[in-house]
Amino acid sequence: MNFTLKVWRQKNSSSPGGFETYEARNILPDMSFLEMLDVVNEGLLASGQDPIAFDSDCREGICGMCSLVIGGIPHGGQRGTTTCELYMRHFQEGQTITVEPWRAKAFPVVKDLITDRGAFDRIIQAGGFVSVNTGGTPDGNAIPIAKTTADSSMDAAACIGCGACVAVCKNASAMLFVAAKVSHLNLLPQGKIEKDRRVLNMVKQMDAEGFGNCTVTASCEAVCPKEISLSFIAKMNRDYGAAILKGSER
Amino acid sequence: MGGVDTRDGSNLIFAQEPGDFARSYLLSLFTSLVSRFTFPFRLNLLSNLFRSSLGKKYTMAVSGLVMFLFVIGHLAGNLQIFIGREVINRYGNFLQTNPEVLWPVRCFMVLMLVLHIWSASKLSIENKAARPAGYSVYRPIGSTYASRTMLMSGLIVFVFIIYHLLHYTVQVKAINLTGEDFAGKGFQDEGVHDIYKMMVVGFSNPWVSAFYVLGIALLSLHLSHGASSMFQTMGWKNDAWRSFLDNAARVVAWLIFLGYISIPVAILCGFVK
Repeated sequence: MNFTLKVWRQKNSSSPGGFETYEARNILPDMSFLEMLDVVNEGLLASGQDPIAFDSDCREGICGMCSLVIGGIPHGGQRGTTTCELYMRHFQEGQTITVEPWRAKAFPVVKDLITDRGAFDRIIQAGGFVSVNTGGTPDGNAIPIAKTTADSSMDAAACIGCGACVAVCKNASAMLFVAAKVSHLNLLPQGKIEKDRRVLNMVKQMDAEGFGNCTVTASCEAVCPKEISLSFIAKMNRDYGAAILKGSER
Repeated sequence: MGGVDTRDGSNLIFAQEPGDFARSYLLSLFTSLVSRFTFPFRLNLLSNLFRSSLGKKYTMAVSGLVMFLFVIGHLAGNLQIFIGREVINRYGNFLQTNPEVLWPVRCFMVLMLVLHIWSASKLSIENKAARPAGYSVYRPIGSTYASRTMLMSGLIVFVFIIYHLLHYTVQVKAINLTGEDFAGKGFQDEGVHDIYKMMVVGFSNPWVSAFYVLGIALLSLHLSHGASSMFQTMGWKNDAWRSFLDNAARVVAWLIFLGYISIPVAILCGFVK
């Protein structure tokens, strides 16, 4: 297959950047989007040009490193799919594909398609943990947890922190990410102890990082590779409201 | 001998003068009281409510809920035009002759409007600032038209509300485009303000009715998203209730639209004279 790529190139965070057009030739339909970029990069290297910089790690949809807004949709628009698991067979032969980095004030471009997602790490540092030594593996069922609660917590914990929710949101809001991280711990007995502090601190950090605010458009849920439910944002709103009504301290 | 012996052999209380002890005791008592009662309220509650992203969203949701309920109540009041001239005139006269109820309600509604606009402005400014550089290609996947246009529908509805208040509440003659004075002698019926006639004459101008229908359409669009978002923002939603609430908001928005436009439509078609 052959494609025309319009790729955002930017030397570093302080230079302006712009689109460059590349031809992707002889691409196999079963190549992933990243493998297709690898092929393009080999061509660029062979002709002595600077390869396109993009993030990737596991390439099996679980690490959250790959990003890319492809044709206007983060991760390319296949439901529950990361860019590394997006295959070229989903595109039309000869299609022009625009590739852009995540766009948010809180995610500054480092180079080309790579953005600095350190803001997410700082939100986790603000409360996305349990402050006790967890020790060794506990006995099964030593702490009773309802199956439905465990399932719900696991659904939230599936978040890989890729940032697609921020990228697609018209307000660049990180609320789906923060809600997933708050809910995953707040639902479990080990995490409930610090429930109020966690939600207050993580929301405070989210605001400080310069993310926008949720307007409940549900775009985040539509692009989330882990299909995190918008209802977790409602749960975060509920937890935060309860924490401030109780006068809980951060 | 009293006091607390420390590991290095010194005695904490008697290392100081007795007067210092009393002062430091009172000071510690005072600070513990202050931190116990003042800080959670003054700093946490209010700063969380008016400075944090979620606090501003709660402000928006609660003020929106109050105005939503007003929209329902106002519709119920207005639909009395279909029962007859005496009924709606009696209703209007009841409101106007009870200023001790009318004015607190009006002031409260203005407060809600101010809070709604204030939170919307703050949040929108933050939202625009959160993405300084946009996309060259952007597809708003998974979102509804109503959800993406809340700011614009809200702004146009605000302009409509101003016109609507000047039109029927303040009764500015120049903007009703009929040349008649709604506050004048011609609009009296058995000693009470003839609201029935005011509505019939007011909506007999197609341009006025068209702007009214536009305002109501955008209000309904705004509410089709806003009414269910209120539940989301307040945390009163989960996967079990979500689709019901989203659909109910759309149904209610349609009912509000049809209910309100039924009045100018009925007047222009000659059903209400």
